[in-house]
Amino acid sequence: MNGKALPYLLLMPATLFLCVFFLYPFALVAFEAVTRDGAFTLDNFRTMAGSWKFPVTVSNTLLLAAIVVPIQLAMALLMASVVSRLETGRSVALYIFAIPLGISDLAAGLIWLAIFDQSGFLNTLLSTLGIVDRPIMFLGYQDKLTIFVAVALAEIWRATAIMMVILVAGMGLIPKEYCEAAEVFGAGPWKRFIRITLPLLRPSLQTAIILRVILAFEVFAVVAALGGTNLPVLMGETYNWQFTLQDRNVAAASALLILAISIGFTLFFLRVLRVPKEARI
Amino acid sequence: MAEIAIKGVAKRFGGFTALHQVDLAIADQEFMVLLGASGCGKTTLLRIVAGLETPSQGEVWIGGRRVDHLPPRERGIAMVFQNYAVFPHLTVFENIAFGLRMKKLPQQEVERRVNRTAELMHIEQLLKRYSGQLSGGQRQRVAVARALAVEPDVILMDEPLSNLDALLRLEMRAELKGVLAASKTTTIYVTHDQVEAMSLADRIAVMHQGRIVQAASPVEVYRDPAARFVGSFIGNPPMNFLPASKAANGGWSVAGLTLPGPRSERQNIEFAIRPEDVDAGDDGLQATVRVIEPLGPHTLVTCDVEGGLFRAVLDSGATVAVGDRLRLAPKPDRIRWFDPETTNAL
Repeated sequence: MNGKALPYLLLMPATLFLCVFFLYPFALVAFEAVTRDGAFTLDNFRTMAGSWKFPVTVSNTLLLAAIVVPIQLAMALLMASVVSRLETGRSVALYIFAIPLGISDLAAGLIWLAIFDQSGFLNTLLSTLGIVDRPIMFLGYQDKLTIFVAVALAEIWRATAIMMVILVAGMGLIPKEYCEAAEVFGAGPWKRFIRITLPLLRPSLQTAIILRVILAFEVFAVVAALGGTNLPVLMGETYNWQFTLQDRNVAAASALLILAISIGFTLFFLRVLRVPKEARI
Repeated sequence: MAEIAIKGVAKRFGGFTALHQVDLAIADQEFMVLLGASGCGKTTLLRIVAGLETPSQGEVWIGGRRVDHLPPRERGIAMVFQNYAVFPHLTVFENIAFGLRMKKLPQQEVERRVNRTAELMHIEQLLKRYSGQLSGGQRQRVAVARALAVEPDVILMDEPLSNLDALLRLEMRAELKGVLAASKTTTIYVTHDQVEAMSLADRIAVMHQGRIVQAASPVEVYRDPAARFVGSFIGNPPMNFLPASKAANGGWSVAGLTLPGPRSERQNIEFAIRPEDVDAGDDGLQATVRVIEPLGPHTLVTCDVEGGLFRAVLDSGATVAVGDRLRLAPKPDRIRWFDPETTNAL
């Protein structure tokens, strides 16, 4: 057999699979988003954007991403630095940090619901300690801010580990000599982190941030569990259009919007954190 | 003034002892080479002086100041790493400027020093490039320039030439020697290459199994090895060793020859001579020629002396053939004796 053809041949099944079960349905969704009753139209996007919930949905989603991702990034960097420096017990620490990764987002939402619920752990604790007389309703429909904070907490708890794991792997790829050289030439721990580790970590930072930002725009189950419809987000609205309002075309338009935002941010971070070819390790 | 004193430094990694109680004094502006086979502890010792490794015990003094508790950046040192460690995300200019920026020198001074050291190392045309665009030899130059730019009291070099090809190594060796002599810094240079050590060093510290066996000038290390190991490690081909037993008249009998030697309680000691310190003649050690290697300036002859291997460097004009029986006379003033138990020179 021709040796040059072999790799392509081996890639064929996976490519076909993706075409049939991803590209084709995607094309269908895209088609549905820009048609109604068989005719091309942008009405679906207009309907979506015209909904009274739309502005608050977009702002909630963006705000959540804007608050959660930077906090996660900072925490993941800190945790990864600590874990990378461990000489013993490194894998134990990694496993423990990674536990939330094994839990589905809905389960994570439910865990935090169990904490913040009227009869949940937090209220039990507060009343046992005598701080409150009767349970506080943290997640009532009027308490947008507490719901927001609870969702942010749950998201941070749930998905920081994925960034950390990527960053730990990235830090492992940086040869120790660079940090030693920086140390010899006068850089203290903070300077070494800023001037050596961070720039050399750019490829991993890129992966971690893009992955996390995309996931942040798709936030759904955690919000549904903790806030129901009190904190509308983009993915929840897409679900609403599809199943509650039974409008597949607007739901498709909404899904495309999420995709567009994700692609936009991905391109942005690819550009900003790009490592020029000549400056790679 | 940056003399270095290493006092009783030991290093243990778990159950393994990398360094046993090493003492070494290096004078201001001296070029000291730590020479030894891999695993002898020379790099560990260098890293302890640098502060990248903490000694298990002992003290390190630089310029009259005890530094073993200080981080590397407070020791007034610069270092050239084996793999150069030229930062890949910075240009050559910023690499050389790194130490100066850390010292927060004004931009004008940074530029002046970077340009001066770049010129010294002949890399002024590379200042805008990145490490990935440089050859091994160029990276090496950047690493040395970065070390020189901070105008340190002490430069530490960890096998800086070992990743270069033979020709480049020769060129860089001569250049390094000139540049470092002009910079008037104290230098500790680690290598496993004895030719490099001989050609660069003011003094060589020969290390073996975590100890300094001998610290002396290159010629002294070569001519008067303090221990059997030094004689067998330095020199290519290395020293010849033959067993010697006490003769009646107070001399020592070596392969049928009776030679005057040191006084010793022992009945058997070891005789040693460098291959170039024998003359083929009518009298001397009885040798049977096994292999002849004409090397141009001289001819290397491997012989059999009393069942042991013995190498002799003869004049390239000498006519010998395999199987010939030679008489090799050792030059009396070049004969060395070793105690077989302690392996020390007698």
